[in-house]
Amino acid sequence: MLDTVRLAWRLLSRDWRAGELRVLIAALVLAAASVGTVGFFTDRVKGALTRQANLLLGADLLLSGDRPLPDQFMREARARGLAAVPAIKFNSMVQAAGGAGSAVLADVKAVTAGYPLRGAILLVDPADPAGKVARGVPAPGEVWIDSRLAARLGAQQGSKLAVGESTLTVGAIVQQDPEVTSGLLALGPRLMMNLDDVAATRLLQPGNRASYRLLVAGDAVNAFRDWAQAHLDRGQRVESIRDLRPEVRQTLDRAEQFLGLAALVAVMLAAVAIALAASRYLRRHLDAAAMMRCLGAPQRQILALFALQFFALGVGASVVGCALALGGQQLLVVLLSGVVSTDLPAPGLWPAVAAAASGLALLFGFALPPLFALSRVPPLRVLRRDLGLPRAGGWLAYALGAATIALLIAWQAQDATTGAIMIGGTVGLLAVAGAVAWGLIAFLRLLPQRGYSWRYGLANLRRRPLASSLQIGALGLGLMALLLLTLVRGDLLKNWRASLPPDAPNVFLINILPDQIDAMHALLQRELKADVALYPMVRGRLVAVNDVPVDSTRLTDARARRLAEREFNLSWMQEVPRSNRVVAGQWWKPGETGVMSLEDGIAETLGVKLGDVLTYDIVGTRVSARVANLRKVDWDSFRVNFFALYPPGMLQGLPTTYIAAARAPSNPAWLNGLLAQFPNVLAIDVGEMLQQVGAIVEQVARAVEFVFLFTLAGGVLVLEAAIAATQDERLYDAAVLRTLGASRRQLATAQLAEFLALGTLSGLVAAGGATATAYVLADRVFHIPFGWNPWLWAIGIIGGGLGVAVAGWLGTRHTLHQPPLALLRQFG
Amino acid sequence: MPDPVIRAVGLSKEVMSGEAPLKILDDVSFDIAAGESVAIVGASGSGKTTLLGLLAGLDRPTAGEVWLGNRALNGLSEDARAALRQRWVGFVFQSFQLLPALTALENVMLPLELAGASDAGPRAREWLARVGLDARTTHYPKQLSGGEQQRVAIARAFSGEPQVLMADEPTGNLDGATGAEVAELMFRLNRERSTTLLLVTHEVTLAARCGRRLSLATGRLVGDERSGAVGGSTTA
Repeated sequence: MLDTVRLAWRLLSRDWRAGELRVLIAALVLAAASVGTVGFFTDRVKGALTRQANLLLGADLLLSGDRPLPDQFMREARARGLAAVPAIKFNSMVQAAGGAGSAVLADVKAVTAGYPLRGAILLVDPADPAGKVARGVPAPGEVWIDSRLAARLGAQQGSKLAVGESTLTVGAIVQQDPEVTSGLLALGPRLMMNLDDVAATRLLQPGNRASYRLLVAGDAVNAFRDWAQAHLDRGQRVESIRDLRPEVRQTLDRAEQFLGLAALVAVMLAAVAIALAASRYLRRHLDAAAMMRCLGAPQRQILALFALQFFALGVGASVVGCALALGGQQLLVVLLSGVVSTDLPAPGLWPAVAAAASGLALLFGFALPPLFALSRVPPLRVLRRDLGLPRAGGWLAYALGAATIALLIAWQAQDATTGAIMIGGTVGLLAVAGAVAWGLIAFLRLLPQRGYSWRYGLANLRRRPLASSLQIGALGLGLMALLLLTLVRGDLLKNWRASLPPDAPNVFLINILPDQIDAMHALLQRELKADVALYPMVRGRLVAVNDVPVDSTRLTDARARRLAEREFNLSWMQEVPRSNRVVAGQWWKPGETGVMSLEDGIAETLGVKLGDVLTYDIVGTRVSARVANLRKVDWDSFRVNFFALYPPGMLQGLPTTYIAAARAPSNPAWLNGLLAQFPNVLAIDVGEMLQQVGAIVEQVARAVEFVFLFTLAGGVLVLEAAIAATQDERLYDAAVLRTLGASRRQLATAQLAEFLALGTLSGLVAAGGATATAYVLADRVFHIPFGWNPWLWAIGIIGGGLGVAVAGWLGTRHTLHQPPLALLRQFG
Repeated sequence: MPDPVIRAVGLSKEVMSGEAPLKILDDVSFDIAAGESVAIVGASGSGKTTLLGLLAGLDRPTAGEVWLGNRALNGLSEDARAALRQRWVGFVFQSFQLLPALTALENVMLPLELAGASDAGPRAREWLARVGLDARTTHYPKQLSGGEQQRVAIARAFSGEPQVLMADEPTGNLDGATGAEVAELMFRLNRERSTTLLLVTHEVTLAARCGRRLSLATGRLVGDERSGAVGGSTTA
């Protein structure tokens, strides 16, 4: 046994020195690195989420509602011996007092003594980078702001800030507050104030969406939870650690699945490379194996000999892959720094095991069958070389390999459907790309072929149509993913922006009070030289359809359930609003009442038809109306639009605020003036919002791009493996051409022609695929004009051609330096 | 006697075999005049093919010189030797050595294209017709029989109109009748083009058709025998 190990080691080191194992090792490293990168990354983010879970709520249990919660909840909680403190979350414009500098839309949390019940607020301490734990909450007249808000306002401790109609002093800068959900999708800058100061700000108007909360903590929290659940009204809900931030966890799960599957595309390409490399390995070692059998080595020993080598190879490559993955995941963290907190726990061991297991599984799934073939080589081969040629194929080889891949995908996808879509999608894409490549190769044959370089290069592609198509497919897939993520993504965003009307409003003013209408209108007229319309807005919840109470729990569609749960913005109007079009029923005549208009999409989601009677509850008042017409709304117009409209008069007397949308210069001076006069008004800057969303999209896209780089690397590996597999043929061709008097330069041009053609075809496939995907996305998904981008083709084709030419040249250049006679002898 | 087309001066070739050097060719010298047909004969391992390779510039000697025409190969780079081969030498091998990815026509065009000929297509077609394969121009090597493949190789060797045709066991992989046909074709074309023929063979009948026989034994030239007949004249 020891001899076998020693011999295995010697053989392995010889192959290593001869460069025989390069592709195999690279493919294994790639597989482990791509699986490991994604694994480590998601493991760390999940770890952060779990670690902070009980601190995230600032309590054990959180009750929330879109209207003030009835006192019974607090009374009951305290009666059960639980700690309970109220809090309110809402948005407000915040500005340095005195109107200097720009106004910033902030997430405001109003708290009272006792907050938080779990965890702690960390304040910035110049003396200690870890921060210091806050005592209590902001005192009345004081606010604590986070560093982002401080930066944007240019504020520091002691600065005076205008919040609504109050002026409050910055008492501290918050480093971390318990509700920062590990930084995931924390958009707005934050401000914390005392609950007692809220009324004076006059910010909580009916139009301002606020979340009224009750934080509860203590031993008997589960029993209280059951009690509260039974007493919840519409628009109220209970959250605990158990169902903590379901959307965050879901997003993370989905991201993990997506990134994992993207990594698996690279793994599948690595598998192709491994299969090619293993079959070449088999052919190269057949003689040695035959000789050993001839000398009396039993099959078992030969199998052990080669299996040992492969195992050592697999373990070594997996370790290297894991090391690369550790670097890769850190890069992901950096790329996603705006979305995910960089303060993550260290990665666990499990993803490393998974990455190594993936590499080893591939190795044995795709390399074991050729190994068996090797151990069964007939010893007579030493006399008759045509005997025992490798039949590495066979259904068993493919079955084992396919099963390995299926297992890896099932493990990553975690459900059968996604896994099937994934396998089908990749195989389908490869097949389509391969078929297209096949057609293109056939088409090239019809072109006039000047010069032997092209003839020889293309002949080499035609000579192995299956292998060529596979290479083109694999490279095309990798290139396409990158084109989609770079050029197509930019195009779609650009085309969407271009499709917006040039006069589209860029700022929304909400929360305008009825007694401010005239002054606001005049101000807008004066500052913007425009007659800006102010629309009334009343908030109400849908409670009944045709007098049947709405039970949101019985709605199966998640979107419908959400819509039924939350409060609608209702408005009234005499005329059909701009960028609206009546698609069913009749618009009302002057004086008509008891009717309403519904946007057709929401009507469909809620299952409401023309003629149905909808009842809305508006702060205790029930308003019923028949759906008289359905409208199509062009939401892209960025104008003020409403799902539900009534004729004037029907909602009179109910608590109303006004909303306006305007096209304003980017200069913030007029807005600061406006907010100084109307501190309760919220200004939402569309451009800034788009920028924030855009920045996140940008980061996410870059991270996904990074993962897809593994796919491209997989494509290149397939190319290198195919080059290695055809090494002997290339050496032979080179020898014959040399004998016929070809110069080194002529040999090089012929090989370059082949790879240039291969790369160009890959680029063509990639550009075609990316363009088709872009068209479907633009036309079917986003409904924006499709823009033909010639750069996509130029970059795809030129980039593909040059990239593959370089990769191919690197792989074959040594064939140019072999003396022809030795080669002709070897093959003769 | 006219200037020699090929001249070997003190040719030696050593390779490292394990620790000790192994002498494959040992101080071989001769001249070959234009239009001669010469067979290099000898037992296996006597250095025949090595000698042919050195004469064609496919390999470098350890000592000695090779002259093709009035050019010494020794000082030339691999590329310069290839360029010289392109103009001077045609090759026929035992195992044909056609490029499997190219059709018969494309294989014959190859040396012409390498030399930058603009009429490679028509000339290659002409040569295929001359070897009787005008109906098989679009066939790939694997679709052709051994004899047909060797005829394509002969067409390829002659298409560049070389001064010298070198053949390494040209009938070694063919059965007797096919071998004879191929040999006949080669000698006929050689006569028509008045090229110099240099042939490595261990077949006595083939060697006998050449006007001169160089015999090798363990790397040394042991015989240089001329018959009165000029290549193929027995059938004339």
